[in-house]
Amino acid sequence: MTLIDLANPTRFLALTARVLPWLAAATVVLLAIGLYQAALAPDDYQQGATVKIMFIHVPNAWLSMFVWGVMSIASLGTLVWRHPLADVAAKAAAPIGAAFTFLALLTGSLWGRPMWGTYWEWDARLTSVLILFLMYLGLMALWRAVDDPSRAARAAAVLTLVGALNLPIIKFSVDWWNTLHQPASVMRMGGSALDKSFLIPLLVMAIAFTLLFVTLHLAAMRNEILRRRVRSLQMMQASRVAFSSEMGTGSRGQNASNEVGAA
Amino acid sequence: MSLGPYASFIVTSYAAAALVVAILIGWIALDYRNQTQRLRELEERGITRRSGRSATELR
Repeated sequence: MTLIDLANPTRFLALTARVLPWLAAATVVLLAIGLYQAALAPDDYQQGATVKIMFIHVPNAWLSMFVWGVMSIASLGTLVWRHPLADVAAKAAAPIGAAFTFLALLTGSLWGRPMWGTYWEWDARLTSVLILFLMYLGLMALWRAVDDPSRAARAAAVLTLVGALNLPIIKFSVDWWNTLHQPASVMRMGGSALDKSFLIPLLVMAIAFTLLFVTLHLAAMRNEILRRRVRSLQMMQASRVAFSSEMGTGSRGQNASNEVGAA
Repeated sequence: MSLGPYASFIVTSYAAAALVVAILIGWIALDYRNQTQRLRELEERGITRRSGRSATELR
């Protein structure tokens, strides 16, 4: 099955029906392994047991940016290639990305209180991630504000691509400015600064959360396609009612209804 | 496994993550049920797709 085949929503729905159970199972297994390894990970010599918060904070922080990246590619698909599933993908990803970003902020705050002595500091990393969260909410509001999904899609795609400028700011904020947040310790020049006893559970949890995102995203895309079918059929129903009213008889409208196109 | 003096921060973090993920899963599952139910109701009223195939057909 090629990308062109997936442009057909019916084929996409068939694919999701096949792969979703496997993805869900793989997510559960990896999450269980990751949580087990996280529980067994040693305490950090400085942070003690609070280092365990890292195993959920970091995957959520990575995903907060990754999901916006996925939405940006989907937005290009909407604006440049006009792929029929591109705006479905972008719309379905937004609430999931918002949830991951919220978790990154919350767990970061809960990690910060014992380590930094404060839940919140207006430093560049924390503030830029908060802006990302607000952009997710703004995007969701935009989708809801416009009734016609295709019109909303173009506006949302432009906003998403403009918002993507925030991604390098988040990533390099700890290098460009003097922040309370620590600099990169996993993906950096010269290799990871983390010991394997922390790095392996962290990577397992990161893969598990990424699989969780893929699973939820496919399921949310399936829902969005069905929502658009509902909308399409409702519009068809409304046009039948209008046609019946114009003709003055319900029976003729019923006969004519078979000729009206649908989703 | 001892979580030390900051156990409440660690437990709250994991509990919050579990809760948010559970809400996400529940919301998506509920949304799926709602959409398929609405499609079935429309089809029962004789509103069908141009192709004639069921709108809830996934295969």
